Amino acid sequence: MSAVPALEVRDLSVEFRTRSGIVRALDNVGFAVGKGETAALVGESGSGKSVTAYAVMRILDPAGKITAGRAMFGGIDLLQQSEKDIAELRGRDLSMIFQSPRTALNPIRRVGAQLADVLVRHAGATSAGARTQAIEMLKKVRIPDPERRAMAYPFELSGGMCQRVMIALALACRPAVLIADEPTTGLDVTTQATIMDLITELAAETGMATILITHDLGLAAEYCQRIMVMHAGHVVEDAPTSALMQRALHPYSAKLIAATPAASAELDRLASIPGNLPDLRRADLPPCRYCARCERRTDACEQPLPRHVQPDGHAVACWNPL
Amino acid sequence: MLRFILKRLAAALPTVFGVLVVTFVMARALPGDPAAYFAGPAATREAIEQIRAKLGLDKSVPEQFGIYLRDLAQGEFGKSLSTGQSVGRELVTRLPASLELVLGALLLSMAIAIPLGVLAATRPGSWIDHTARVVTTAGVSLPAFFTGLVLIYVFYYLLGWAPAPMGRLDAFASAPPGLTGFYVIDALIAGEGETFISAVSQLILPIVALAIFTLAPLARMTRAAMLEVLASDFIRTARASGLPPSMVTYRYAFRNALLPVITTLGMVFSFLLGGAVLVEKVFAWPGIGAFAIEALIASDYAPIQGFVLTMALLYVALNLVIDVLYGVIDPRVGLEA
Repeated sequence: MSAVPALEVRDLSVEFRTRSGIVRALDNVGFAVGKGETAALVGESGSGKSVTAYAVMRILDPAGKITAGRAMFGGIDLLQQSEKDIAELRGRDLSMIFQSPRTALNPIRRVGAQLADVLVRHAGATSAGARTQAIEMLKKVRIPDPERRAMAYPFELSGGMCQRVMIALALACRPAVLIADEPTTGLDVTTQATIMDLITELAAETGMATILITHDLGLAAEYCQRIMVMHAGHVVEDAPTSALMQRALHPYSAKLIAATPAASAELDRLASIPGNLPDLRRADLPPCRYCARCERRTDACEQPLPRHVQPDGHAVACWNPL
Repeated sequence: MLRFILKRLAAALPTVFGVLVVTFVMARALPGDPAAYFAGPAATREAIEQIRAKLGLDKSVPEQFGIYLRDLAQGEFGKSLSTGQSVGRELVTRLPASLELVLGALLLSMAIAIPLGVLAATRPGSWIDHTARVVTTAGVSLPAFFTGLVLIYVFYYLLGWAPAPMGRLDAFASAPPGLTGFYVIDALIAGEGETFISAVSQLILPIVALAIFTLAPLARMTRAAMLEVLASDFIRTARASGLPPSMVTYRYAFRNALLPVITTLGMVFSFLLGGAVLVEKVFAWPGIGAFAIEALIASDYAPIQGFVLTMALLYVALNLVIDVLYGVIDPRVGLEA
């Protein structure tokens, strides 16, 4: 990791006001991603991966409130920027790729025009220049026959093609940070691999910091140098990929690794993690939100969470690490 | 596109024929005997039968229908029994009068309801959202003829700002020459400034009365459609790409929200066509609705049939326009199919 990270999130807490009470979706989330680094946010559904990304991008639902924290990017705190200033950064310096690419694109606007909109907005392109640049971008994400495809509507393209368009959209202005939120969900396995290869290749080419959000630990291990494991709005472990895969310190991470299917494993040998995420609306959430599911639980777990960091940067938030 | 339109028109033919059959039969099933009505209360039985034969009403219903179809094919709508006027000519002069009201009201309510709905959706919970809710609730709660009466009372009787509710022009103006039958347009074409002002000032109150009523469904649908689109994935993408809010709202959200709004527009238009009758009565407007009501009371077959046929053709045209608009806005609706 380089000295100044491309994006550094500190003590980020987010709450959602719902009819049935306040959901404490994120609690003191912190991590950093270096320039050119590819890091993964891994966790089960509802662990707060996407909320973290939305909070950093400042595109949270109006019901979501950032109650504490910082997100430092190029010397400024993204969470303190005015709506106007953050809109200036979004799509230019910070970009995001979403899951289900087909619904993530405007269904009644030609994909070339959607790309051109972003280029006109951020790259100061004229509408004619944006057209050629848009076709250039489509070529870059290896869409065959880009001139013709630029005139297509999303419904005329396959899911994989739509995701390539999404990538072109996100990378059009050469952002410094890319957040890819489950970019391969809903695509078939071969397309998944090409899409991931494309993202990592383009990231390496531009020296961009990439955050891959996924629930697939195998995918994260294959493409990322570092993995942050999230559980119920906490980052429970943050480690270089090899260190985590060889020796996970947090009980939850260990269970997750055990539950990752290998091609050789049989279905009945597949491990599962007992229990569910705690109800994040509870007022009396324990300091460790995993403790109800944990086999290593002791009285010490009632204390505020520690953060043990090893020399190789392997950090864990647990009183009784493995 | 042209092929699509022709195909749709061909598909509408059975509908129109069905309408012809049903109205023809229904008109004859109505209580009342036009021959007796026409002959007058003092007529003898022989006189009535004579008139019946003269009107062709002594023939069997299928035979009468055949004669009706043959006349229609020659563009002949028949004659009104009570006025002796050609139904075709009546429709040609009265339909523009009604359409002038209906289209005017539609334009006015669109001009208010659509921006109101968009603003209410982009600022939920704000004062403009609450205003929209109050206006729409009030709008549907008040029947247009009642609003019309209140408007006449306030703006003609109390304030004297509006002209007397006595039809399409004031007593001193004469109808402008022209083809369209829309006085506002004809007066403009003929360059008759005073006639234009007179026609517009006569239009204002009835149009406002109708527009207040149609405002509600339009504003509601616009708000609901906008809220739904604004919550969709591609709006999140547009925001994450840093597109300015005005562009997100109009170029991305509003165009997608237009589809349900257009559907509602079509429905509102057909409500207005049928619902303008009472407003026409209140403002002594020589429209097609008042004409149909009078004919219905007199069991006057030809005007009833002419009216219903005109309406059916209007609906067919309206639906075609809506479908074409759909295809223009949404590329997923194939116009070639």
